[in-house]
Amino acid sequence: MPGPHRQGPASSAETGARIGIHVATLAPGADMPGFRAAARRLIAANVPPEAIVWQTEALSLFGTESAPNEAPPLALPRPVTDLIPMVVPHRDPERYGLLYALIWRVLHGERALMEVASDPLVHRLHRMRKGIARDLHKMHAFLRFRRVPNEPERYVAWFEPDHHILEAAAPFFVDRFRNLRWSILTPEGSAHWDGALSFGPPGRREDAPEGDGFEAGWRDYYESTFNPARLNLDAMRAEMPRKYWRNMPETAAIPALVRAAGARAQAMIEKAPTMPEKRDPVRAVERMARDEPESLEALNAVIARSEPLVPGATQAVLGEGPLGATIAFVGEQPGDQEDRQGRPFVGPAGQLLSRALAEAGIERSDAYLTNAVKHFKFTLRGKRRIHEKPTAGEVSHYRWWLDRELDFVAPKLVVALGATAVLALTGKPVPITRARGPAEFGRPFGGFITVHPSYLLRLPDEAKEEAYHAFVADLRRVRDLAA
Amino acid sequence: MDEKLARKLRILADAAKYDASCASSGAPKRKAGADGLGSTTGAGICHAYTPDGRCVSLLKILLTNYCLFDCAYCVNRRSSNVARARFSVEEVVTLTVEFYKRNYIEGLFLSSGIIRSPDYTMEMLTRVAKKLRREHGFRGYIHLKSIPEASPWLIEEAGLYADRLSINLELPTEESLTRLAPEKDGAAIEGAMGQIGERIAQAKEEKRRFSPAGQSTQVIVGADSTTDEALIRKSALLYGSYGLKRVYYSAFSPIPDASSALPPQAPPLRREHRLYQADWLIRYYEFSPDDVANAADGGMFALDIDPKLAWALKNRHHFPVDVNRADRTMLLRVPGLGARAVDAIVKARRHGRLRLDDVARLTSGLKRARPFLIAEDFRPTTLTDRLDLRAKLAEPAEQLSLF
Repeated sequence: MPGPHRQGPASSAETGARIGIHVATLAPGADMPGFRAAARRLIAANVPPEAIVWQTEALSLFGTESAPNEAPPLALPRPVTDLIPMVVPHRDPERYGLLYALIWRVLHGERALMEVASDPLVHRLHRMRKGIARDLHKMHAFLRFRRVPNEPERYVAWFEPDHHILEAAAPFFVDRFRNLRWSILTPEGSAHWDGALSFGPPGRREDAPEGDGFEAGWRDYYESTFNPARLNLDAMRAEMPRKYWRNMPETAAIPALVRAAGARAQAMIEKAPTMPEKRDPVRAVERMARDEPESLEALNAVIARSEPLVPGATQAVLGEGPLGATIAFVGEQPGDQEDRQGRPFVGPAGQLLSRALAEAGIERSDAYLTNAVKHFKFTLRGKRRIHEKPTAGEVSHYRWWLDRELDFVAPKLVVALGATAVLALTGKPVPITRARGPAEFGRPFGGFITVHPSYLLRLPDEAKEEAYHAFVADLRRVRDLAA
Repeated sequence: MDEKLARKLRILADAAKYDASCASSGAPKRKAGADGLGSTTGAGICHAYTPDGRCVSLLKILLTNYCLFDCAYCVNRRSSNVARARFSVEEVVTLTVEFYKRNYIEGLFLSSGIIRSPDYTMEMLTRVAKKLRREHGFRGYIHLKSIPEASPWLIEEAGLYADRLSINLELPTEESLTRLAPEKDGAAIEGAMGQIGERIAQAKEEKRRFSPAGQSTQVIVGADSTTDEALIRKSALLYGSYGLKRVYYSAFSPIPDASSALPPQAPPLRREHRLYQADWLIRYYEFSPDDVANAADGGMFALDIDPKLAWALKNRHHFPVDVNRADRTMLLRVPGLGARAVDAIVKARRHGRLRLDDVARLTSGLKRARPFLIAEDFRPTTLTDRLDLRAKLAEPAEQLSLF
């Protein structure tokens, strides 16, 4: 555990060159603050690596020595500061000396030293870092919690890492098991989480529960997921060395699995194919092939059941109009009113559409009206729900339903009202101004593109009238095309 | 855990193990919410290894192994006489959460036999994922096997809860599909892959969540006569067309109660290994499918040397390569030099010329690389031209070890 640090002889830093040997004493384990302070001080005093003896010593809890004045922080390249905390937990007693040698060289003309991975020092530190990374990874992987019996839910694990990594390993478990209470015991110290993380004294294997109600099931799983026809012990041992086995309940199954594997695989190969014992489920197989909704009603039931892709909408708004309608209108998505009433085109834009249809001589109740997106998407501003345009991904999400819907309605002509409808029908973004008029949607019905009536509502008053007339003119063409 | 549930677990884990994928990688890093459970690390974690050397990362089970399909290669085909079982949604959720809390697993990999209909089955799979996310605040990894015959909107929904979706191609040609998996439809499979690929790309762009760890697939090796070259070309196409993260190659394995439509003998596991190596050459080593095909003989990769070495031996005029001068693309072609070693070389040589000892510190594959490279103090002289070079570098035919 890191603790207060000291460096002795404390007063020798300035006179280092004359005295010769400096002793830097750090706490046992991964003493990151101690190393940082010592390195700062030694660099400030210009002490070369070969003049330092690094040692670790447990400090008494009531140690009276306080750290001498802090030396200024060292300005080191990022790769170096990233490396240091990944080497400090190493159990190699030379780790501090090697790190100091690196710092020294980096500050004495070799700033890019970390890039020279072939340098023996850098190479060795890289290997140490790898060792720590692996040790951390294996601890995250192979540690097993056991539930403490007869207590409110709490878990304890016993683990024996190779290096001094308990503190470095703990945040992973916090991130993962945040809503649980747990302890990790190791021969060097312990970590505890109950909403806050704390570290304590070493634990013993006996302090963890002896078993867990799910271990038998886990072993069952482990045995069943093994394929006896692919025995490969080297690969297993390379990734899961034996030293870990004693703290992993499932490994008890290994010897028996290995012994039986050859015979099991052989038996599978030698066994002659058998005839099915059960009757062939001919009718079920046939029924399965007819899985698609077979009517607009069935499809609508599926749509009505669905949740909005963007949360908020009250309900899915289904298409409306007779099957076999000559003209189908596809809008963008339901608005505030549509969402409340559960019917398409009943808000202000819908009313405008009704008026224009009437003027163009199209009976609204003869046409089929629907939307590309089936749920209202909005942002809340005060109490008002402000319409928000669906993204391309959202349009695609809903596209399947529109396709099927139009298959059932089988109109002669489909009118895309606005860009979203065009996107839904063609899969491509097309600017309305250029594409306005008869169109080809690559489907068995004719197509026509015009603006969405809500566009007319947004125009300044002086432009409204002209745009409205153009819209009605479009609808007249639609009427003629569909006739 | 009661015995009834344990029995189901044994049957439904056994039935799921022929799916090679167990990866828990690729998900964006996530932490548990204040009152939730689970995280993802990006790289994924293998929580144990079984004696077949494979990683146990996810709880890999089927919802049920009852199945209406009759795919010859599959242990769960309807005409097979294996024991059957079915989990309830609640049971899968319980197993996942309880195993997860004990740090046995990274999450769930759920697949299923087709019962009642593809839609019904797909809805059940999604229901499990949704329950885990919603009711347990579960942020661990979820991989859902998608059923391509199901309605497309069900796949749309599954992607909202899963970290990864996968659809197994299993057989790389339409002809094999028709013969060995009569209920499957190659067009539906690729259609669904296309849908998933498109939606993943859109979601990424719009910063929404849809199968953020991508999609993968599996092909079975050795159940039909498809060559290695054809498999790799197919994979290259799949990576290119649907943005697949991974193609898994699964050497067809002897199964209990096998069908007579299958070859009696499994292909060597090393064939599977060579396919993975070739696949990596395409994804990480700038090899084109043609380059990889060039490494094969009669469409098949040699078993005793890896495909990169095979390519180098056939293309000796490109070697030796000077580690102090060659560009990255060419260094990547040197047998024994991994992509990471190549990057380290490129960085290190900016600060001084590399000697053979330096290279040795940057790769663990120097023995294989030596005949193909030049360092400051080293030239392989005539080594590159030696006829017995292949024999010198080949691996022993079979590595078995006793326990």
